[in-house]
Amino acid sequence: LAASLPLVQRDYRFERVWFWGCIQGVRGAYYIAEGLGPDRAAPRSRLYSLNCLDWSLLTPATKEMLALAEQVKGRFQGDPSFEYSLAEIDSETAARLVQSGKEPVIKEEARLIATIEQIDRAVGIVPRGAFVKTPLGSVHENRHFEGLSLVEAKKLSSYFHFTEPVNLKNKTLLEKADLDPATDFLDSLEHDIPRGSWSIQLEKGATVVVLRSLLWLGLTFYHVPMTKQFGYVYFGTGEKNLDLPFML
Amino acid sequence: HGPYQPHEPGYGLDQPGYNPYEDEIPDPQARMLAIKNAKAYLLKTSTKSGLNLYDHFANILTKILDEQPTNTVDIIENISKDVKWAQFRKKMDTLRDEHLIPPTFEAAEKCKALFMKEGGEEEHDELEEEMGQPSLPNVMETAFYFEQAGIGLSKDESYYIFLALKNLINVQPIQTCRFWGKILGLEMNYIIAEVQLREGEEEEETGEEGDETAAEGQKEMGEAEEDEQKEKAPEPPKSTYKPPPEVPKESNGTGTNKYVYFVCNEPGKPWVKLPPVTPAQIVCARQIKKFFTGRLDAPVVSFPPFPGNEANYLRAQIARISAGTHVSPTGFYQFPEDEEEEEGADTYEENPEFEPPPVAEMVESLATWAHHVKGILKQGRCVWINPAQKSEENDEEDEEEEEEEDEEQQEERGPPLLTLISEDEGMKNIPAWTAQASTNLIPEYSVAILQSNRWPGAYAFASGRKFENIYFGWGHKYSPENHIPALPPPAEAEFPSEPGITETVDPTVEEEMAFKAAQEEALAEAEEGEDEEGEDD
Repeated sequence: LAASLPLVQRDYRFERVWFWGCIQGVRGAYYIAEGLGPDRAAPRSRLYSLNCLDWSLLTPATKEMLALAEQVKGRFQGDPSFEYSLAEIDSETAARLVQSGKEPVIKEEARLIATIEQIDRAVGIVPRGAFVKTPLGSVHENRHFEGLSLVEAKKLSSYFHFTEPVNLKNKTLLEKADLDPATDFLDSLEHDIPRGSWSIQLEKGATVVVLRSLLWLGLTFYHVPMTKQFGYVYFGTGEKNLDLPFML
Repeated sequence: HGPYQPHEPGYGLDQPGYNPYEDEIPDPQARMLAIKNAKAYLLKTSTKSGLNLYDHFANILTKILDEQPTNTVDIIENISKDVKWAQFRKKMDTLRDEHLIPPTFEAAEKCKALFMKEGGEEEHDELEEEMGQPSLPNVMETAFYFEQAGIGLSKDESYYIFLALKNLINVQPIQTCRFWGKILGLEMNYIIAEVQLREGEEEEETGEEGDETAAEGQKEMGEAEEDEQKEKAPEPPKSTYKPPPEVPKESNGTGTNKYVYFVCNEPGKPWVKLPPVTPAQIVCARQIKKFFTGRLDAPVVSFPPFPGNEANYLRAQIARISAGTHVSPTGFYQFPEDEEEEEGADTYEENPEFEPPPVAEMVESLATWAHHVKGILKQGRCVWINPAQKSEENDEEDEEEEEEEDEEQQEERGPPLLTLISEDEGMKNIPAWTAQASTNLIPEYSVAILQSNRWPGAYAFASGRKFENIYFGWGHKYSPENHIPALPPPAEAEFPSEPGITETVDPTVEEEMAFKAAQEEALAEAEEGEDEEGEDD
């Protein structure tokens, strides 16, 4: 990885490249990397590789892909050209596809794209204050961010989803007055449904705070309080944990 | 003279107060006055916060020159804000510092305690030589092999676990010990050690059972007294519900209870022994799917209600995972020669003539791996037992009734010990196991890795004669469909319908009148009959 990711950065002219995680299929695993240009909130380009050496770019996710991928259940196979036959899963969409002239299948690559997009949207998190929004709308890393304090790090409200905010406008005016528009422009984790879908733990004698998502099992976020280090990585099977309400 | 041009000397002389040499020697008075005005303006204190701009700028510049951050002009506003905040922080700093210190230092103390035990070992060494050497697992070696596959904990944590296991061995009389794995929980995680105790330890369990039977005996006495009192009052109909006979748990050292498990939340914390598992707990654990919170005494709220708290649920899941995923290379273990041919074979021993197949073969075919833990039957035990045999303790009447039920319960047979894992069923089109070699680049030193698809998080590796199983995960089985909680059983019929209890419709008015009329007729006839008889007399 350390050898191939800088090459990817050079080839695709990203400003930042990082290793997103690994989705384990039955016969092989997909290693995923993400790259970004100067605006951090722009749609990210994703690359996948089967052996950590050769990376292939994935097309951005479309709504169709997302809708189809939600229907497909079960493990990933490990072969990007594997085709899931939609006729078994959802005959209506299969019929529609046949009418529009396409085959009623969904390729594993499309499912992969949609899954990564879903995971990023649902559980991609950053600590509060790590990113600032300029008045022009573009989002930058906050070079003045020095990390959360230990007390703040234990609270769910100090972490934000790094996607378009959904709940921000629903807050009461009183809460909005406390917000700082430069840093608080994202949804916080407090109001995630179902409650308790995040597990916060302090490890190594309170030097590292680790958040694990219970909705997408395998998503782990770490942050070292009072430093600038944070990040998240996904190691798992790429399936949503729909049994979450029963398990809490 | 007309208007002077600027380059001519004498320009501007006609204006009052204009000094021809102003550009060379500025008028100190006017400039000084302007500077003083500006400074006074800067020093003007704000009405809101009591600060003034002059001091604020001085502080900002001091801070910038001290720290010299990169790209200062981009973050100047933030620096300004921080300096302002710093005015108010001073009073609270001392409180915060004291609060923050404890967690890190407590943990460091515990870890230090782990290291300190090395000093006390010299006393234990003599004792150990008398009782025989317990085998301490080489956790670091195992961690190294698993690291080749990308699985495992960080080296620090592995080493702490290593020391904690050593602690455990020193404290408890242990025959063999193995690091079983780590189960993640919501608030805290569990580190689990699989242990075989020496034989003297098992006597404690029977003591507990003796206490339980004594308590039951007292309960029966109490019930007998109550029954006598109740017989005077009419009793409600007795329920015909007989709970299904309880399947007895397997005794320690066999079947699901072959190993004893110790858990701790973090290395450095004391080890807690998990209670042995009962078949009822395993049966129930199969039906529920709950996250572990990290506290052993937490209740498990679920339907069907789990008999026990989180410690029992944890033990049941450990038993299921061990039974489902503990594998070894085929032929490593073999049955001892004098064993019977029934499925009751419980023991295995190492095969001294085992020749490990090459790694490539171990990866390609699953027939080179075999389970070395017995599978758990539906009943919840490894060895099927007929629950009716226990009825010898009950009345004779119950025996007769239960014999009829025996015919419905068939003897369950599970897969015999040492089955090859190639016979494990997959789910839908997913095989039960995935095998990989750790690296394709250096085949001589690669290790065969096995991942379980039925229990995500269970791994096994083999390299030559060395092999090991481990589990890192949440502790749940994988199911392609969503989890469906068990439906509540149908409500029991309250009582059998008998004529004495069944309600009938009240007679309507017409029926009552007709009945009354019929009764009167009958009376009239009877009276007439008597009158006639009277007249006859």
